[in-house]
Amino acid sequence: MIPLRLERRLAPSPASRWGGFAIAVVAAFCMGGVVFLLAGAHPLAAYAAMAEGVFGSLDDLAEVVVKAIPLVLCGLAVAIPARIRLWNVGGEGQLVLGGIGAAAVALFLAPRLPAPAVLPLMLVAAFLTGGLWALLAGVLRAKLDVNEILTTLMLNYVAILWLEHLYFGPWRDPMGMGFPGTAMFPDAARLPRLFGTRIHLGILMGLATAVGFHGALSRTRWGYEMRVIGESPKAAEYAALPISRTILWVMFLSGGVAGLAGMAEASGIHYRLQQGLAVGYGYTGIIVAALARLHPGGIILAALFIGGILVGGEQLQAAMHLPSAVGLVLEATLLFFVLGSDFLSQYRICRRTPEP
Amino acid sequence: MNLQTLSFIVSVSIQSSAAVLFATIGEIFAERGGILNLGLEGMMLMGALSGFATAYFTQSLALGLLAAMAVGGLLALIHGVFAITLRANQVVCGLALAILGIGLSSFLGRPLIGKVSVRFTAWPIPVLSDVPALGPVLFTQVPPIYLGYVLVPAAWWLLFHTRPGLNLRAVGENPAAADTAGVGVAATRYTWTVIGGMLAGLGGAYLSLAYTPGWKENMSSGQGWIAIAMVIFALWNPWRAALGALLFGVVNALQFTLEARQISVLPSYLLRMLPYLFTILILVLTTRSERARKGSGTPASLGIPFERNG
Repeated sequence: MIPLRLERRLAPSPASRWGGFAIAVVAAFCMGGVVFLLAGAHPLAAYAAMAEGVFGSLDDLAEVVVKAIPLVLCGLAVAIPARIRLWNVGGEGQLVLGGIGAAAVALFLAPRLPAPAVLPLMLVAAFLTGGLWALLAGVLRAKLDVNEILTTLMLNYVAILWLEHLYFGPWRDPMGMGFPGTAMFPDAARLPRLFGTRIHLGILMGLATAVGFHGALSRTRWGYEMRVIGESPKAAEYAALPISRTILWVMFLSGGVAGLAGMAEASGIHYRLQQGLAVGYGYTGIIVAALARLHPGGIILAALFIGGILVGGEQLQAAMHLPSAVGLVLEATLLFFVLGSDFLSQYRICRRTPEP
Repeated sequence: MNLQTLSFIVSVSIQSSAAVLFATIGEIFAERGGILNLGLEGMMLMGALSGFATAYFTQSLALGLLAAMAVGGLLALIHGVFAITLRANQVVCGLALAILGIGLSSFLGRPLIGKVSVRFTAWPIPVLSDVPALGPVLFTQVPPIYLGYVLVPAAWWLLFHTRPGLNLRAVGENPAAADTAGVGVAATRYTWTVIGGMLAGLGGAYLSLAYTPGWKENMSSGQGWIAIAMVIFALWNPWRAALGALLFGVVNALQFTLEARQISVLPSYLLRMLPYLFTILILVLTTRSERARKGSGTPASLGIPFERNG
């Protein structure tokens, strides 16, 4: 038997990373098959149903893009602070706050504004409300060193409670027919749809933010400072980089981006505030960001991939009566295998040299 | 406020604190060894589901509890593999586990929503429960609560007065030194992380078999996350954890009482926010006071993978 051992590489080679990623995807789908079996469904039939749900028609493919829009934004919301080792787990709440901000403009200011001004104002409002929500946690972290994971998480629950209060209570549509929510947004407050599909203008928001982030990170001084703070906090200290201020700005931007996702959902899909606003895009954004290794381009791809899984999951629910939460299970499983493959790509197998 | 209302509030406080207490003690064990396990919410929910499902199908509460602990432990084992052996980023792993647990429990638990299963009933402890005033409140509770009473001193004793506890703390403070002294760092971390997961699962089963009871999606409502915050408040000490859990229970009990009596001190949606705002508050207070004391009691190796260097 050839004696083998694991030896750490100096740097993982791209081939091993992509290879590892491919293995991870296959392994995750195998694991998903096990989950299907547990739920009483035939794995191949389930996957076939999912594929049919995604690739079956142009509308289905469009739906993948529709899901990808908030995922790109929420993924960026996680990736931006992650660059300086901050974990924004509050995307869900910031998305909700963004939706609330946009809705406030749509429901109460829109009637008094010229039509072209409404959407830009909603954009600003959503960015501000989402950003401020994240800034709460940012201030606590920057000034008092309070763990931002826990504060952003708690604020998620607070945000959702507030959202429910608003659309069940003071902002409830008096003419609503049973399904609780606010009144429908006026036309001027709705993001136009493209090419006759459900894809809405929010796609531009997602792309612009991703490109902007990539550009800022690689070409601006701010981006440079962020990378230094993230990779070497000590060096940043010696260089007297404004760490506290950076934390505040980064959290604000991050929350703002998630807030844009909230606006995209509220004014591009639902046209009102209702229960379907907080469906986990904030949390899924974590998975998107991690899969993409925090790279903006990767986030777009990962968002499309995860969007595909989500759409497939919905088809699964419709066709085979399996709860669509299977999508979450597949994503998390995929992330685990990718994390594991990261480990493997750092090592290589080599022959143990015989003792002299 | 009369005595009856007061004892009602105390009793409900104790009941509302148990799930968080189990999870907090479990996380204290894991973090004392240096492993940050953010997946508690997922473990709690999976524990709640498996406990409920097992009890539903076997009519046995004991089996339900065991199943919950097994599932919680299994999930923690997965976290251990990634955190300890694969040395992956513990924050990402833990979050992914939480998301997995939340999704998986929703997925698998759909058929069980609304079903009724055997449940724990209050079991008065003879003699003790006849003590005036305190007796009925403290000693007429469901058995898992009594387990909680025992767990706190047991955890304290384990951590600070036994060899395994010493080893655990050593691994958490300085794994390299512990390794040199012959303590198995990985084995220790695995063991206590799994125990932590088992306790989180147990907390979940308490929710579905005693507190609520029943199964509902996301029924822990964030108590897994709150437990992680509670560990910080507890300064990694079981007695303070009990205090923190009890305070959390009081906030919950006040919320119930005010809502049930329709006393409109605060609108009900604000009342329901209280547990989460309370958690943020205790985080701020604890962190501030720890900075002032210039030491935080955080296990030094928390979240840092251990690699033996040649």
